[in-house]
Amino acid sequence: MVDFLSDSVLRLVYLVAAVLFIQGLRDMTHPRTAVRGNLTSAAGMLVAVVVTLLNFEILSPAVLVGGLAVGSLVGAGLGMTVDMTEMPQLVGAFNGFGGGASALVAGAELVARAGNGGAFPTDVAVAAAASGIIGAVTFTGSMVAAGKLHGVVTGSAIRYTGEQVVKALLLGVAVLAGGYLVVQPDLLSSVLQGSWVPAFWLLVAAAAVLGVMLVIPIGGADMPVVIALLNAYSGLAAAGTGFVLTNTALIIAGTLVGAAGFILTVIMCESMNRSLTNVLFGGFGEEASSEEMDDIYEGNITETSPAELEMLLDTADRVVVVPGYGMAVAQAQHAVAELSGLLDEDGVEVAFGIHPVAGRMPGHMNVLLAEADVPYDKMKELEEVNPTFSQTDVVIVTGANDVVNPRANEADGSPISGMPVLNVGDAGTVVVNKRSLSPGFSGIPNPLFAQDNTVMLFGDGKETMQEVVNEYKENR
Amino acid sequence: MTDLITNLTFFVLAAFLGYSIITKIPATLHTPLMSGANAITGITLVGAVVVAGSGSTTLATALGFLAVVMATINVVGGYLVSHIMLQDFHGGN
Repeated sequence: MVDFLSDSVLRLVYLVAAVLFIQGLRDMTHPRTAVRGNLTSAAGMLVAVVVTLLNFEILSPAVLVGGLAVGSLVGAGLGMTVDMTEMPQLVGAFNGFGGGASALVAGAELVARAGNGGAFPTDVAVAAAASGIIGAVTFTGSMVAAGKLHGVVTGSAIRYTGEQVVKALLLGVAVLAGGYLVVQPDLLSSVLQGSWVPAFWLLVAAAAVLGVMLVIPIGGADMPVVIALLNAYSGLAAAGTGFVLTNTALIIAGTLVGAAGFILTVIMCESMNRSLTNVLFGGFGEEASSEEMDDIYEGNITETSPAELEMLLDTADRVVVVPGYGMAVAQAQHAVAELSGLLDEDGVEVAFGIHPVAGRMPGHMNVLLAEADVPYDKMKELEEVNPTFSQTDVVIVTGANDVVNPRANEADGSPISGMPVLNVGDAGTVVVNKRSLSPGFSGIPNPLFAQDNTVMLFGDGKETMQEVVNEYKENR
Repeated sequence: MTDLITNLTFFVLAAFLGYSIITKIPATLHTPLMSGANAITGITLVGAVVVAGSGSTTLATALGFLAVVMATINVVGGYLVSHIMLQDFHGGN
């Protein structure tokens, strides 16, 4: 087999795989071509794996096929059964497996080299240490993030004294162990050479604990940023593995993923007007004082009913729906989508205003709405929808809170000051569907609820929206 | 050393290329992008296959096997959920 495929051919095929990944990502720039893009990228992966299988003398095909079969079954099983609301934690967990695999490959390569008593060049040591640290942090960090999103790990920020010291110590241990791997080669005696591999596992262990310590103190609301960042890390870990094995396919693919992760991280941070440091090291979410809430809300809250909302919609020319994670939790997206479809049929202009951090992952709200058959061209981004609120008759805010809080536009030192928000208050009437007046993740009250043109539609998102749909159908 | 420089060249060029393509992807597709990109990290599978196949020591093979399992979960699951999500997007033009 080795003769059949020369090294040059192998490299050329990896180049083809890299081109397929790049073309696949290019096709992701539009929903029309995105399905094709995903398949193109998957084809690139298939080519890379198949050519690798053909080229290397696989001494234990049973082990390999077994691994592929187990992985495929688990991956496909999880993928087929997942609920769209739970997508972020699943993607987070998959991400963790990617990071874990990188750390293991680097470890296996070191073990193999040490076992052969072979050369152990500096660049291999640097890359192995890097992919070991990053891969292990990604693995445990992603699992904690997924656990927080799934509710098996508490979503609130767990702070402890000496937090930064503990993290710095763990990172220090990992880096020192990595440094030891790099400095070693021929200078040291054969006895010390035997300690390369244990040093690597010490590095992995310290990095694994570090991953947990990094994510545990971050609140559930910041998980979109954490998941994006960990995605970037897993890409870098794969690229690091590529350096260990001198494999261009791994380097290019890993780097592309790293770029995607970092870009999404930056977008998420900008959407919250927070720095990455603030997300990673600053807790988010203070307790709202009940006095402050009473001051704002007392006597200023107007309640409405599904029947009244239906009447408002009857006379409206333009309606904007602003969904938040509350809508997803209540599974109200299907009722909301049905309502928007009915309005559309009756000639009412309907749009969805989607804040970049609404949901548990970048773009999560769009996926939920798409699943409920909301057409892509009705989903508007913040910059696009904000100027249109003044020409909008009715805004329906469902399950969203902080992303429509006008206090973000004031420099009052609140946690959300300066965060770009949807200026729904500019519309004729704002209907807020929410179960209570409780504050959102930021923990601060929302003066929008007390505004003259705001009415509150209290109740469970799904039930309430379904009632509105029923009322609307009856009165058509 | 030449290898390292060549690898660095690939790394830097891929970073620029990735940046210019990915910034053009609309917010609506960010979740499928993330899970698709995530599936691409499963390319570590290639590395895992090489190591699992080299079979120089039992420990290396065992680690390689575990890496193959993890990377395959990532690849298969990632592409599959991206596909499921993307199929839901209608009405683009």
